Amino acid sequence: MFGTYLRRELVNRRRQTLIVAIGMALAIALVLVVNSVAGGVKAAQAVALQSVYGVGTDITVTKATTAADTNGGGQRFQFGSGSGNATGGTRTFTRNRLTVERGVTTFASTAVSTVAKTSGVKAATGVLSLNDTDFTGQIPQAGSGSGSRGGFTPGATRPTGGPDGQGGSAFGVDSFTVLGYDVTGAAIGPLTAATLTSGRALTAADSGKDVAVLDSDYATSAKKKVGGTISVGGTTFTVVGVVKSTSATGASGSNVYIPLATAQKLATQTGKVSSVYVEAASANDIGGVKTALQKTLGSAMTVNTEADLASSVTGSLGTASSLANSLGLWLSILVLAAAFLLAVLFTVSGVTRRTREFGTLKAIGWSNRRIVGQVAGESIVQGVLGGVIGLAVGLVAILVVNIVHPTLTAGTATVGRTLAGGFGGGAPGAAPGGFGEGGGFGRAAAAATTTAAQIALTLPVTAWVVLLAVGLAVLGGVIAGAFGGWRAARLRPAEALRSVA
Amino acid sequence: MYTLTDVSKTYRQGARTVEALSDVHLSIADGEFIAVQGQTGGGKSTLLQLLGALDKPSRGTVLLGDEDLGRLGSTELGDVRARRIGFVFQSFNLIPTLTAQENVETALAPLGVPATTRRERARAALESVGLGDRTGHLPSELSGGQQQRVAIARALVKEPDVLLADEPTGALDEDTRGEIIGLLEGVWRDRGLTLIVVTHDSWVAHRAERRVHLKQGRITGKAATRV
Ligand SMILES: Nc1ncnc2c1ncn2[C@@H]1O[C@H](COP(=O)(O)OP(=O)(O)O)[C@@H](O)[C@H]1O
Ligand SMILES: [Mg+2]
Repeated sequence: MFGTYLRRELVNRRRQTLIVAIGMALAIALVLVVNSVAGGVKAAQAVALQSVYGVGTDITVTKATTAADTNGGGQRFQFGSGSGNATGGTRTFTRNRLTVERGVTTFASTAVSTVAKTSGVKAATGVLSLNDTDFTGQIPQAGSGSGSRGGFTPGATRPTGGPDGQGGSAFGVDSFTVLGYDVTGAAIGPLTAATLTSGRALTAADSGKDVAVLDSDYATSAKKKVGGTISVGGTTFTVVGVVKSTSATGASGSNVYIPLATAQKLATQTGKVSSVYVEAASANDIGGVKTALQKTLGSAMTVNTEADLASSVTGSLGTASSLANSLGLWLSILVLAAAFLLAVLFTVSGVTRRTREFGTLKAIGWSNRRIVGQVAGESIVQGVLGGVIGLAVGLVAILVVNIVHPTLTAGTATVGRTLAGGFGGGAPGAAPGGFGEGGGFGRAAAAATTTAAQIALTLPVTAWVVLLAVGLAVLGGVIAGAFGGWRAARLRPAEALRSVA
Repeated sequence: MYTLTDVSKTYRQGARTVEALSDVHLSIADGEFIAVQGQTGGGKSTLLQLLGALDKPSRGTVLLGDEDLGRLGSTELGDVRARRIGFVFQSFNLIPTLTAQENVETALAPLGVPATTRRERARAALESVGLGDRTGHLPSELSGGQQQRVAIARALVKEPDVLLADEPTGALDEDTRGEIIGLLEGVWRDRGLTLIVVTHDSWVAHRAERRVHLKQGRITGKAATRV
């Protein structure tokens, strides 16, 4: 009887069934998509972070920058008048600086062992992030052409020196990031997110040696190969390996990897590191480990978990993340609440409309339980129907997103930068005799690329999400059924005799 | 069958109380056919609700056999209704989404009758009211007289001790009225059940063995006398 009555009601009151089911379906589809987007964005964030901090890094320890420690303030290069070498009327300068990355403060590497000894820490390793900047400049050789130095005299012979042969100058700045890491220590940190594409990885035997592993993208752009050399801080390193970021995002921890001891010596940062990468013993207690580390290390040190670092992800990925997390969440809650309310109102008004029907059933001996069960059954089936439609709509929407595969850009604040800039001094004006209009600096190639990774968004669908969607739909039906059933239970059986005409 | 002693029923409507029945004494023997007459608002439906275990008296006792209905809880009252009482209403009160067959089956649902037996009994009940060929029809596909026949089949299918009908012909035309009353009379005669029909139609009332007049909640005239 229950089944027959239920089916008849749902089929014969199609409009009511459809309105409640569609309301529920919209909410469920939204919950599904928002949940999936949040999952997809989180995964993309993890990818963006992984390429920078490595796989398995749960916590990073850095030193908070104070005004006194800052090594910022711009790069300065000084050239003596006689420095550089002159060829064909052009004097070429090269200057090289290997410094700690801007905005990064180093600290004693004893912190690494302090961290490692903290309870809940499985492994810890220290790294030193450096920046190698090469400055190349070409200016007309003093004394060639006109006799005066450092200027042009009106009416004088046009200068001939310089890279363009017309008295112009050219300056180039090339910079790459260098990461010194502990080749003897634990396998955590940036390189864990990379695979070796050629050559070999650095081993404990390389400690203190002038050997380097390059990031494949950098190796390609700098035209370096295994067996070749690279100059880091004025020292020639042998390239022994090339690694590629497994995350396929293009973002990598660093351009060049060298042994920590070598890096410390070259940058005159003996016994110093710039960050400590920490792996927690249990993924469930990262918060606890963070608290313990902060307590041990003091407030001068910054302890970040992966969750903290996620907020450093910028770009459209960051936007998508905050949208999915805040707006999406609230929107789903709102729509879900609206759908539940709709279901409740429709069910209650349906019961009110069927007062005489339920009164009659009570009059012929139906128990309250049977009637409440019938009402609840109807709303639960409507909810489940909505859930199934919503699931289908949501899955189709997710499928569409996965087929379209939108890419999001992700920047990470602390990622090393590859800077390739240049200034070309233009030739002075063609009109002889006028004041030299030259020296109009044109930015030849001043593209400062932050590590912007293109991450394709893939929306995951887990069994858990499907279960959640169906569960919510059933919950909506149960809530509506509870209200409707409560309403039906309160009806007096004598209502059946009420004349309606 | 019924023994009503000093029965009163008051309804509260906000601050006001309405006495729908006052000091009603009435005995109804097994197998009697009684018509309850009276003007609108006289308390006929209220009396039928008390007889039908739909409500309890405010004062006095209503005995069905030797069961004091006033002392039963709502679950037990429901059980009495399910087993012993058949109802027929003025406006048929069929479930609009269920077929004739299914409407009749609803009366057997609370009795725990197995599905196959339920179907057979419902079908037989419909045949007994002359609707064996309309079992799959929805109420909206049936005439008023046919709908009331389905309702009578629903009331009879449980084989009740009492059949209570509140203005069963009130919504029907004259020809159909005769048909329905004839049907009820036939049932009463064949099955030996107690039939109580509320009506303000004296033609209908005169078919009964005994007539009870209700006026402003009180029984008037020679109610206790059998015709
Ligand atoms: N549920 C109720 N609440 C309040 N008053 C009621 C209720 N049911 C009936 N009454 C009142 O009781 C009186 C008798 O009603 P009823 O038994 O329906 O009379 P009848 O069926 O003879 O027309 C009327 O005055 C009616 O207004
Ligand atoms: Mg009435």
